[in-house]
Amino acid sequence: MDRLIVSPSPHLHTKTSTKSLMRDVVIALLPAVIVSVLFYGWSELLVLGVSVASCVLLEFLITKYLLKGACTIGDWSAVITGVLLALNLPATTPWWVVFIGAVVAIGVAKMTFGGIGQNLFNPAIAGRVFLLISFPTYMTDWTKPAGFIGNALSDGYTGATPLGIAKEGGVAALEGMDYLQTLFFNIGGSAGELSAIALLIGFVYLLARKVIRPYITLSIWATVIVFSGIFWLISPEVYTDPVFNLLTGGLLLGSIFMATDYVTSPMSNWGGVIFGVGIGVITMLIRYFGAYPEGVSFAILIMNSVVPLINKVCHAKKYGR
Amino acid sequence: MGKFQLITKGLIKENPTFVLLLGMCPTLATTTSAINGMSMGLATMFVLILSNIVISAIAAYIPDKVRIPSYIVVIATFVTLLQFVMQAYVPDIYETLGLFIPLIVVNCIVLGRAEAFANKNSVVDSALDGLGIGLGFTMSLTILGLVREILGSGSAFGFKFIEGDGILAFVLAPGAFMALGYLIVVFRKLTSKK
Repeated sequence: MDRLIVSPSPHLHTKTSTKSLMRDVVIALLPAVIVSVLFYGWSELLVLGVSVASCVLLEFLITKYLLKGACTIGDWSAVITGVLLALNLPATTPWWVVFIGAVVAIGVAKMTFGGIGQNLFNPAIAGRVFLLISFPTYMTDWTKPAGFIGNALSDGYTGATPLGIAKEGGVAALEGMDYLQTLFFNIGGSAGELSAIALLIGFVYLLARKVIRPYITLSIWATVIVFSGIFWLISPEVYTDPVFNLLTGGLLLGSIFMATDYVTSPMSNWGGVIFGVGIGVITMLIRYFGAYPEGVSFAILIMNSVVPLINKVCHAKKYGR
Repeated sequence: MGKFQLITKGLIKENPTFVLLLGMCPTLATTTSAINGMSMGLATMFVLILSNIVISAIAAYIPDKVRIPSYIVVIATFVTLLQFVMQAYVPDIYETLGLFIPLIVVNCIVLGRAEAFANKNSVVDSALDGLGIGLGFTMSLTILGLVREILGSGSAFGFKFIEGDGILAFVLAPGAFMALGYLIVVFRKLTSKK
């Protein structure tokens, strides 16, 4: 009887949904997750587990008991926040610090603003920055715990991040650093900053699946290269070079996975370029002149807050006009 | 409105911090600990009561056009008094609160009560209004300070109950905004049921 269904247009839908897009992001994050677990071992697994579990659990509890609305954990966005938060922390972070980060990420940065689609700031970045200013000792403890592979280096290895070394001792202190090493595994840093290759594989996957557009990421890279290139050409003994700035720290992780977050980035392509240039400039200003060795997370947060203004200036052309 | 209500309305219905959102500058800046918050609240209450009394007494003689400068002069007088008293008897707290004591002169709660209440009500009512609003302000600042102190330094009223540091962000400015925001949510939730 009801073979003919009458419904208003549109009748054709794409198969993509929030859930499928978010799942693609999780898949794109897998290489970085695998590398970090291989190199950092059980402690990284613990950080990842606590982070993902508490993000999902918190979102479930808040949507169910506090807001008494539809439960949104099925769309994988809380999982992404959990994974990104874990990748943004050192592998040695104690579990309760990770939990506080998850509370800030999901509870404060996401659900307070109204949940997915409404948050002004990227939840994972907000969680990381909150932890960075709250627990500076844990957040800059770059002890390398024993991993599953790579123990040939040594059992327990304490080292500053390349950016930290550059901040403390200037460019001369970096003497002998091998870029090939940076490309495959960093010496020290947050878990997700370990391998540039793994992050780039994720980037290619996201582009191939058309999950993200490349404008934001590429404009961040271009800005960082141009900005640091100018300073490096002027005085290479004071400022670090462009390749170093591109490959170290959280730049790749931030530019590929966190600056491109749909909710907290501008809607139009040109808006994305402005957004990316802003992130690049602020990052390099903090790295060269700021008090912190790394500024990607601060840069993304600052630019997140001006996204509504960017959207106002660069709105998309209306269809048919 | 009964005399008793004049006092209680400042605590709940017209709570200067959680409902009217007035005086945000001292609220956010001085509530790094419960003691600091309470001292700031009490200092403001002192000025508020006395300036309310004087302003309501002389309101009839002040020409309308110069009323705000006149209020400022009255308030500044009491702030100067307060400053000297605090410097003499509680120099530690005076040091911690620093600039925020002289800034009571331009505190919008004090000026707001003068403009909205004291200049058209009797001396006794104005004094009670100042007391009520002052108590409300002191209560809010103490609660906010207590929350930030517990989370930020792991202590309450200076009594330390955990070793080491707490969540440092709560002692800094971002934590002040977050704590205030969530306290307003809780306050709304509690009072809306009544």
